[in-house]
Amino acid sequence: MTTAMVHAAGVRKRFGHLEVLNGIDLDVAAGEVVVVLGPSGSGKSTFLRCINHLETIDGGSIHVDGELIGFRAEGGRVRHLRKREITRQRREIGMVFQQFNLFPHLTVLQNIVEAPTGVRREPSARAREHALELLRRVGLEDKAGAYPRQLSGGQQQRVAIARALAMRPKLMLFDEPTSALDPELVGEVLATMKSLADDGLTMIVVTHEIGFAREVADRVVFMDDGLVVESGPPSQVLENPANPRTKAFLSKVL
Amino acid sequence: MTVTDRRTEEEREGRAEVDVAGATRPRHPLRWVASLVLLVLAAQLVHLLVTNDNFEWHVVGEYVNASIIGHGIAITLELTVVAMAVGIVGGVLLAVGRLSENRLLRGACGLYVWFFRGIPVLVQLVFWYNLSALLPRISFGVPFGPEFVSGETNHMITPLLAAILGLGLNEAAYMAEIIRGGLLAVDPGQTEAAHALGMSDARTFRRVVMPQAMRFIVPPTGSQVINMLKATSLVSVIALADLLYTVQSIYNRTFQTIPLLIVACLWYLLITSILYVGQSFIERRYARGATRQAPQGFWDFALLRRRAKTPEVPS
Repeated sequence: MTTAMVHAAGVRKRFGHLEVLNGIDLDVAAGEVVVVLGPSGSGKSTFLRCINHLETIDGGSIHVDGELIGFRAEGGRVRHLRKREITRQRREIGMVFQQFNLFPHLTVLQNIVEAPTGVRREPSARAREHALELLRRVGLEDKAGAYPRQLSGGQQQRVAIARALAMRPKLMLFDEPTSALDPELVGEVLATMKSLADDGLTMIVVTHEIGFAREVADRVVFMDDGLVVESGPPSQVLENPANPRTKAFLSKVL
Repeated sequence: MTVTDRRTEEEREGRAEVDVAGATRPRHPLRWVASLVLLVLAAQLVHLLVTNDNFEWHVVGEYVNASIIGHGIAITLELTVVAMAVGIVGGVLLAVGRLSENRLLRGACGLYVWFFRGIPVLVQLVFWYNLSALLPRISFGVPFGPEFVSGETNHMITPLLAAILGLGLNEAAYMAEIIRGGLLAVDPGQTEAAHALGMSDARTFRRVVMPQAMRFIVPPTGSQVINMLKATSLVSVIALADLLYTVQSIYNRTFQTIPLLIVACLWYLLITSILYVGQSFIERRYARGATRQAPQGFWDFALLRRRAKTPEVPS
């Protein structure tokens, strides 16, 4: 557990009577890139949202970098954390959404410096410099003064990635980052994500981009019905799936 | 019956070369009639304004700048500003309460809105004015415990305070609904993104949700301000010397009813016009990021200097 960046054990989640996660076990090592595949409704996005406590889990546990997320265990009793604590834990975990969710009333630069200056109390000059450096990295340094609506979907998603990176997270979660994009814009976002992976960032990516999984992932996890059905290096899971459900899914998407 | 088709064979087949440049437009005789009617009505109105001596325009001119009218305007503006401030602050609190996870708080705020929207504001004003008949003394202190301050209701609830309470508390109920609608109109993904960045609830509300909700809140709030300015005239029933009460007190002495009412109308119109321009400007301010156009300066906007349209192609 000490070496794992993410340690999920028996994670359960239900919405009303609907069991979405039925005991997810997953370990992600520091620096590892894990791609989560699975049919829609398999619970992969929900699991991702549980890792930064956007959803409260109903059972099991999630540790990020050795810290129990959303709860405190002491003397055999477990309590819910206060919002303050949850907020502090989330600062270490970056998240990129399917719908980008950039703040439309702020410019690109303001979007990126908002959390570092407001939450981390970084001096604004330094936050600005870091933001411009991140924009250069995602290839959008000339868009610092633009408003999100003036950008294409691919550009918006790259800004969203820069915004998440500005908090210097230990872990990045990507929730179907290319699903809302026009096909010709998918490549630029995946290329940005690949460069992050090459830099050794720990990433969990929920996606339908099998090509990205094959090329970038250290490990592919296949989920179905709220369970991890199969897990292994991409060559094994994608080329030689052992589980019949994985096989059935891959035969449809490949 | 046969209809003569005057087109040539080629035109019917669609083979003739046609250029639509310089084509005549269809005529609209009804538009001409409507314009004519309006012009006649306008002429009649001007004729009435000029020839009817009952307007007593010299009296209007005499009073329009009178300092006593100025005092009335000052009270009207003061009431508008203070009651609106009470309404907005109360409205934000009520709206947040109605969106709270605490069921009791939600219910209480809903009850407030139901109660104050359900009673005519004129009735509320008279009620506050007569509060002393219900509660002869008012005291502040620990509930069911010792008192810190107390006094005669008649001394504490002056006409001005009664007016502020009546207009402000009523306004809070309306503002609560406007603000709640604005907050609900912001995409929940915005809150999620802010939370995922480690922003607290308070900061998310202040920096992300509220500025976006403003786009939905400002236009109806602008009309609330204009309504409030006009609603302040109701306070004349509790003998507060606002603009309307002031002109009434003058014409009750001089019997120059119409010219003095015109003075009041002119001032109400002038102030609402200024408010209207201000509102439109604030709307543009909060439209930042919603359009691709750059914001426009206040004076350019107020003086109707519109952006140049796409230049027409010279012929």
